[in-house]
Amino acid sequence: MAKQSAIKVDGTIKETLPNASFKVELENGHEVLAHISGKMRMHFIKILPGDKVTLELSPYDLSRGRIIYRYK
Amino acid sequence: MIYYKNSEEISKLKAAGRIVNHTLRELENWITPGVSTGRLDVIAEEFIRSQGAIPGFKGYNGFPATLCVSVNDEVVHGIPGRRELKDGDIVSIDCGTILDGYYGDHARTFAVGDISAERRKLLEVTEKSLYAGIEKAQAGGHLSDIGHAVQSVAEEAGFSVVRSLVGHGVGKNLHEEPQVPNYGRPGRGLTLKSGLVIAIEPMVNEGSADVFTDQDGWTIITRDRKASAHFEHTIVITDKGPEILTNGH
Repeated sequence: MAKQSAIKVDGTIKETLPNASFKVELENGHEVLAHISGKMRMHFIKILPGDKVTLELSPYDLSRGRIIYRYK
Repeated sequence: MIYYKNSEEISKLKAAGRIVNHTLRELENWITPGVSTGRLDVIAEEFIRSQGAIPGFKGYNGFPATLCVSVNDEVVHGIPGRRELKDGDIVSIDCGTILDGYYGDHARTFAVGDISAERRKLLEVTEKSLYAGIEKAQAGGHLSDIGHAVQSVAEEAGFSVVRSLVGHGVGKNLHEEPQVPNYGRPGRGLTLKSGLVIAIEPMVNEGSADVFTDQDGWTIITRDRKASAHFEHTIVITDKGPEILTNGH
């Protein structure tokens, strides 16, 4: 039986870091380092600690992600 | 946390794998136009229990059946039921068993009656991509070498690989770490070591790689409704190279 890959997951911003990186706590309690997607940078979407976001993870390195959506 | 198996555990995994393989061989005789997918499920469950093992999927995260039976545009995790197989269908059968606490996981896509040349090619390419992936499962190599090999074979033939579902580690649990994607650039991810037991399972689509989950919450279907094939083996990485645990020996 194939496993559902954790490609898209939701999380909450814990800390903002330099270079538009963020520490994000996932819904399952894990903490990953995520950067903001280029498309969101282009549209100047600001992200603050406490915001709920959607991340994209790579199955090869589950400790890093890419923020692709910020909930209003 | 990745758990490497010792030789005693590997022989138990092999015993579980052997039963899955024999179950699929048994089912192969029954796959003809007119048989219902639910009937196949009953045959599989009876066979597995007669071997002293337990169906591995039944009850797993609430899955209701022994087999995942996925017909044509269904990629994986199809729930068996009243649907009858027709001449020209392709049917993916994914089966798991538990023996002595250890899992075996194996899948193949079968042709029902006479199938079109394009579908025949899809089956051949998917099986070939599985073996290309297994060949790359060498101690000292990287996890993504496997996915890269699978992806190369499938895409050279003009097909695409599903990305939102991955292979997985196998042991006392059906799904263990690591995740084994069927795509990627070589030389990435975990360094493979002997004792690692994984299920490699390419899901190859005739059309685009896009899939969605059906309303039943399980069945994964191709977005463009074109056919999809699925082959899977559980393997162990040894110092002498990869060894298939689900080939029936």
